[in-house]
Amino acid sequence: MADGVVKLGGKKQSIFIDKVKEILPEGGNLNLCLTCGACSSGCPATGLDGMDPRKFLRMAAFGMDEEIKKSDWPWMCTMCQRCVYVCPMKIDIPQLVYNVRALRPREDRPKGILGSCDMALRNESTSAMGASPDDFIFVVGDVLEEYREAQPEFADMQAPIDKEGAEFFLNQNSREPVTEPDEMVPLWKILHLAGVDWTYGSHGWAGENYCMFLSDNEAWEHITRTTVNQANKLGSKIFLNTE
Amino acid sequence: MKKFNLEHNFEIKNIYEYYATWIREGKLKVNSDWNKDLKIKFTVQDPCQIVRKSYGDAIAEDLRFVVKSVVGEENFIDMQPNRSNNYCCGGGGGFLQSGFKEDRLEFGRIKDEQIKATGADYCIAGCHNCHAQIHELSEHYGGNYPVVHMWTLICLSLGILGPNEREYLGDDLKEVNVFHPETAM
Repeated sequence: MADGVVKLGGKKQSIFIDKVKEILPEGGNLNLCLTCGACSSGCPATGLDGMDPRKFLRMAAFGMDEEIKKSDWPWMCTMCQRCVYVCPMKIDIPQLVYNVRALRPREDRPKGILGSCDMALRNESTSAMGASPDDFIFVVGDVLEEYREAQPEFADMQAPIDKEGAEFFLNQNSREPVTEPDEMVPLWKILHLAGVDWTYGSHGWAGENYCMFLSDNEAWEHITRTTVNQANKLGSKIFLNTE
Repeated sequence: MKKFNLEHNFEIKNIYEYYATWIREGKLKVNSDWNKDLKIKFTVQDPCQIVRKSYGDAIAEDLRFVVKSVVGEENFIDMQPNRSNNYCCGGGGGFLQSGFKEDRLEFGRIKDEQIKATGADYCIAGCHNCHAQIHELSEHYGGNYPVVHMWTLICLSLGILGPNEREYLGDDLKEVNVFHPETAM
């Protein structure tokens, strides 16, 4: 990718990194790099695709927009922010990565992430696995009934959906209702024993958000708005992210 | 929500904080007696999104309080580095669905080594992305340590974990403290 000597052009052009600086608070500190390498030495993505966070930032700073746009590395960085945590200048490389992802036309972004985002846009569940609100309501009800019978100590256990005024609004990763429904039960038992007043939402129940990973702001907003509207509508005081 | 200026009338919290609160308040009467003689060792992954990116070391302490209450203090071994300084496992940011599987496993090699270095029998991963990734790392690199959710261990320690709620427990724990064993499917 950046093999050999990098020759810099004469006149300074308007480059991508400047646009990212404009949208980040304090410009994401993107021009404060001391090139110390603390980011790269503690980054598990260092070395993948011949790249590391320091190199990526330097390339962006040099205006090598085409090269960073072509690189697959932004899809291998998980935006975990450890680089920011250890950086003496608190440079927000993950935000640079997020914005570089959006440089590619939407249809050219990784198919798996794209597919999961599109799946979530299909109905009001916001589930990356495409389960509909009706599927979810059915599975939850079915599993609950089965366990109330099989384990009489939990005959009064609840797993409400759209319960108005419930204190806690819980989300639920799609994996359990879709592929391993029994795994929902331990959490319900914990909530039951702790006497928690909680609810799922029929809309926006799914905890995952691949539109965010796709760097599709519009779709990300739609997903988040669907969930937020449901929690607002039910009047919950606490939105509880689960495991 | 801040990014999109979405109005909301609620706070956003993570369940680790509440697990810890409910145990402290005596609502969840967990104990680690089941593991007194078994002495099965556990380590824990600090999910980047929950710890470093959202609630910091305070919630990492809550997580440790819960883990120790449930498996026994002497049976918990911390990974290095940990808490806000922890390494990402490679399951976040969409990596699981990005198609770059070999790179993802290479990314996770360090995490697998960190887990093995603890000598723990189990890795607790209370985050779906972490759980899926570390589970795959465990198989791919041959460590074959089970990777479990926190809720599974909490219910195990409460004696209310049924036979069909043990998908991710290893063989050593499939038969321990089983609630309604007659319902096994």
